[in-house]
Amino acid sequence: MNQSIQPIIHNSRKRRQRTVFVTLVLFALALTLSATMLMLGNTIYPVTDVIRVLFGEQVPGASFAVGTIRLPRMLAGVFAGLAFGIAGTVFQTMLRNPLANPNVIGITTGSSAAAVFGIVVLQASDTFVSIISIIGGLLTVLAIYFLSKGAAFSIGRLVLVGIGIQAMLTAVINYLLLISRQNDVGTAMRWLSGSLNGVKMETLPPLMIAVALCLPVILRLSRQLQILELGEMTATSLGVKTNQTRVLLIVASVLMLALATATTGPIAFVAFLAGPIAKRLVGDGRSTIIPAALVGVILVLAADLIGQFAFTARYPVGVITGMVGAPYLIYLLIRMNRRGEL
Amino acid sequence: MNMPKKLHTPKRFGLLLAGALVLLVVCMLASLAFGSRTVGWDELLDGLFRPAVQSYEADIVRQRVVRTVFSFMCGAALGVSGALMQSVTRNPIADPSILGVNTGAALFVVVGIAFFNISTASDYIWFALAGALLTAAFVFGIGSLGRGGSTPLKLVLAGAATSAALSSLVMAIMIPRSNVMDQFRFWQVGSVGAGTMDSIMTFLPFFIGGIVIAILAAPSLNILALGEELATGLGVRIGTLKLIASFAGVILCGAATALAGPIGFIGLLAPHLVRLVIGADERYIIPMSALTGAILLTFADVAGRLLGSPGELEVGIVTAFVGAPILIALTMKVKVRGV
Repeated sequence: MNQSIQPIIHNSRKRRQRTVFVTLVLFALALTLSATMLMLGNTIYPVTDVIRVLFGEQVPGASFAVGTIRLPRMLAGVFAGLAFGIAGTVFQTMLRNPLANPNVIGITTGSSAAAVFGIVVLQASDTFVSIISIIGGLLTVLAIYFLSKGAAFSIGRLVLVGIGIQAMLTAVINYLLLISRQNDVGTAMRWLSGSLNGVKMETLPPLMIAVALCLPVILRLSRQLQILELGEMTATSLGVKTNQTRVLLIVASVLMLALATATTGPIAFVAFLAGPIAKRLVGDGRSTIIPAALVGVILVLAADLIGQFAFTARYPVGVITGMVGAPYLIYLLIRMNRRGEL
Repeated sequence: MNMPKKLHTPKRFGLLLAGALVLLVVCMLASLAFGSRTVGWDELLDGLFRPAVQSYEADIVRQRVVRTVFSFMCGAALGVSGALMQSVTRNPIADPSILGVNTGAALFVVVGIAFFNISTASDYIWFALAGALLTAAFVFGIGSLGRGGSTPLKLVLAGAATSAALSSLVMAIMIPRSNVMDQFRFWQVGSVGAGTMDSIMTFLPFFIGGIVIAILAAPSLNILALGEELATGLGVRIGTLKLIASFAGVILCGAATALAGPIGFIGLLAPHLVRLVIGADERYIIPMSALTGAILLTFADVAGRLLGSPGELEVGIVTAFVGAPILIALTMKVKVRGV
């Protein structure tokens, strides 16, 4: 008896070691990218200058460039990456399908449309924009849920309904941008595919607070989430309050998503990519929440660095993540089709 | 083989046809009359039939004639294109915008503007057609991999993913080139307002060619609807038929997209409305889809002008807003295998 369990325990320990190792590497990578974001720019400042600025010292030139421009940009990228990564993987795990993520089924578009509505039509304050953005996200979830439940619920139908809703919300955003006469490219880019340009320190607190509050809740539920992945019946018989868990998970995820979207726009495909990449790295059977969060940060920061410095022109972050994410989505579809999973 | 030659009595079809024509005329007259400056009946007649009369209103009407004819052609082309795609794929959710064909056309137009300095309607059209054809082939290819052929879910997903990939490329090409962006922005919304005599003439050969092919293919498409095996047994060359019919579909929507910009959902909506009323005979569906598409687009254009007055709301936005709920309604009806 004891002997037959031995290899299983051994395996489990090995997997845990792998998860810890992967998480540490991802963390180091995210940290390096964050530091790079602060150092790179028109003028490159050495680490020492950056650290002095962060500790509140006045460094000529660096204080403005790093403190006022690069720091908010980096923080927005970090927190948006966390939010998109976590929310994406929560949805994918809960619905047991990589396609069922906030990007593909249009939840981020819902928040984005609501934020644009708040800014353009109501000319609301930042706080209020955050609130409507949350409402927009939650309403989109509810709409998708009620429209796709019906007699024969399937993830396929949910995805189809989500794509339909997304088409409509994109029309709403286009319309709002048009009537606002703010149809300049920067604004349009931000609200259709996400950008870190022009993020200000004052707009960050809601997003940071939301991540700080929701992350513990989601981590607390990560065990239940893993059990939910085994299916409704198994989860119930293992004592998981399935509905309550789901509602909590969804609300916490949408809260983060909506605030991230209100700050940076719906950065394309980060929520879609983070989960599968994290899963590939840590292997099956481990919670992907922390790794996916870190992958989200890495994706956003790396894409933003590439967008800013790799080409002669400066691209917003969403264009770069879109160019990576969309081909991966196509690849995933081809693979799923081949295996007859769709 | 006794194909049911008359699924509907010609009398009833005649009635429907007459109704559709009346509706079309009403929409076209409205398109001539309404706008940021509404024109009265007398001036309308002046503008149309009395070329000697010179007045401000009459001139407006004459200007709007071009726009109206152009929106008629685009609507008809999109309607027929949707009907063809739906019947070739035997899939209720097929529409150029959903399948990403519009974005494919858009990408090629942008490449043309950016790298080949194209700027006239006749240049646009060739680039857009090439883009539309390649994208359609790609999306159909991905969408029909694996078991069960092209199911609605597979096609829509393949279309959405391809669309997302291509629009990232569009952005990447555009952002460093502000002149391209300016040209492209107006095209990208989807509007019939930019239609000129020149664009109508450029459109005409593709329009006529596409519709003629569609009408000729209709009887065979009827047989295809019975199932591929049966159709082969009845002597239909399925491969050739599908190729020709989808080619015509892509030509029609590609040309319309090249000139008016991406206009979504007309191709989805028109054939469905038609099928609701007259049933499943392609020989009637195709011409009726042309009329219905023209009615819908012209109506949406007028609505956009009234809603957006004193400016206008581009027709692409209006159709997306009305069409997307219909898409959702359809997805709730189609069979989707559990994933």
